[in-house]
Amino acid sequence: MSLTEKDKAAVKALWAKVAKSADAVGADALSRMLLVYPQTKTYFSHWPDRKPGGESVKKHGKRVMGGVALAVSKIDDLTAGLLELSELHAFQLRVDPGNFKLLAHCIQVVLANMFPNDFTPEAHVALDKFLANLALALSEKYR
Amino acid sequence: MVEWTDFERATIQDIFSRIDADIVGPAALSRCLIVYPWTQRYFGSFGNLYNAAAISSNPKVAAHGKVVLSGLQLAVNNMDDIKQTYADLSVLHSEKLHVDPDNFKLLADCLTIVVAAQMGADFNCDVQAAFQKFLAVAVSSLRRQYH
Repeated sequence: MSLTEKDKAAVKALWAKVAKSADAVGADALSRMLLVYPQTKTYFSHWPDRKPGGESVKKHGKRVMGGVALAVSKIDDLTAGLLELSELHAFQLRVDPGNFKLLAHCIQVVLANMFPNDFTPEAHVALDKFLANLALALSEKYR
Repeated sequence: MVEWTDFERATIQDIFSRIDADIVGPAALSRCLIVYPWTQRYFGSFGNLYNAAAISSNPKVAAHGKVVLSGLQLAVNNMDDIKQTYADLSVLHSEKLHVDPDNFKLLADCLTIVVAAQMGADFNCDVQAAFQKFLAVAVSSLRRQYH
């Protein structure tokens, strides 16, 4: 399900509206993921705390959204653009790729919650495809 | 037997008393048909599903969205035995409608997103967790009679 030109335009248009709130989106999405899908906490046992809205979560949410911003800028070739991040996730972090869609879902819930008028069904389908392709690019180096 | 905390029970009742079923049902179903277009396979008789605008304004989609939400209301009213409450519905979806049960999760995700858009700040992490747990139980009960 690769991205059409229409999808890319829709993603960039949505990103233009939400980018300035990226840190808040990231923190909220990550908090929700850790609570709604508790198995994801297993990747963060090294944090002082995994509480929704805590410092560790906020800092990491910001980092994750930095990755999403990078992906938007490299939307024409996600595999090449996310190569280093893929190597990081494959060889060091080793996050089971099944988890990427859990975070993607939470990001979309937050966007619907914070930007209900912008997260139209058309924007939703484009973003869903984009996040799925992002996850695929991130898992590229796994095996 | 599903264990519900007091918070979860109260949250589910609260959500369903606050949302407008006639808006949320149609919105969730049309979003599902738009975001996951392969789900349109079950609605060949619904007429024009050609694009997002057509789907969002299709009266049969809207009517069916309300049917789906009233099905969920049934679960809300019988939270302590959703499995039994949905036994016939499960047989219906399997034997008569032949719906791939993986699709139930797709609709559940769209419903979560529509409710998140409606409820704003009140749809916090804990509320989302309760809502998704409820939907997971509904989905699991709907899958139960498939064989």
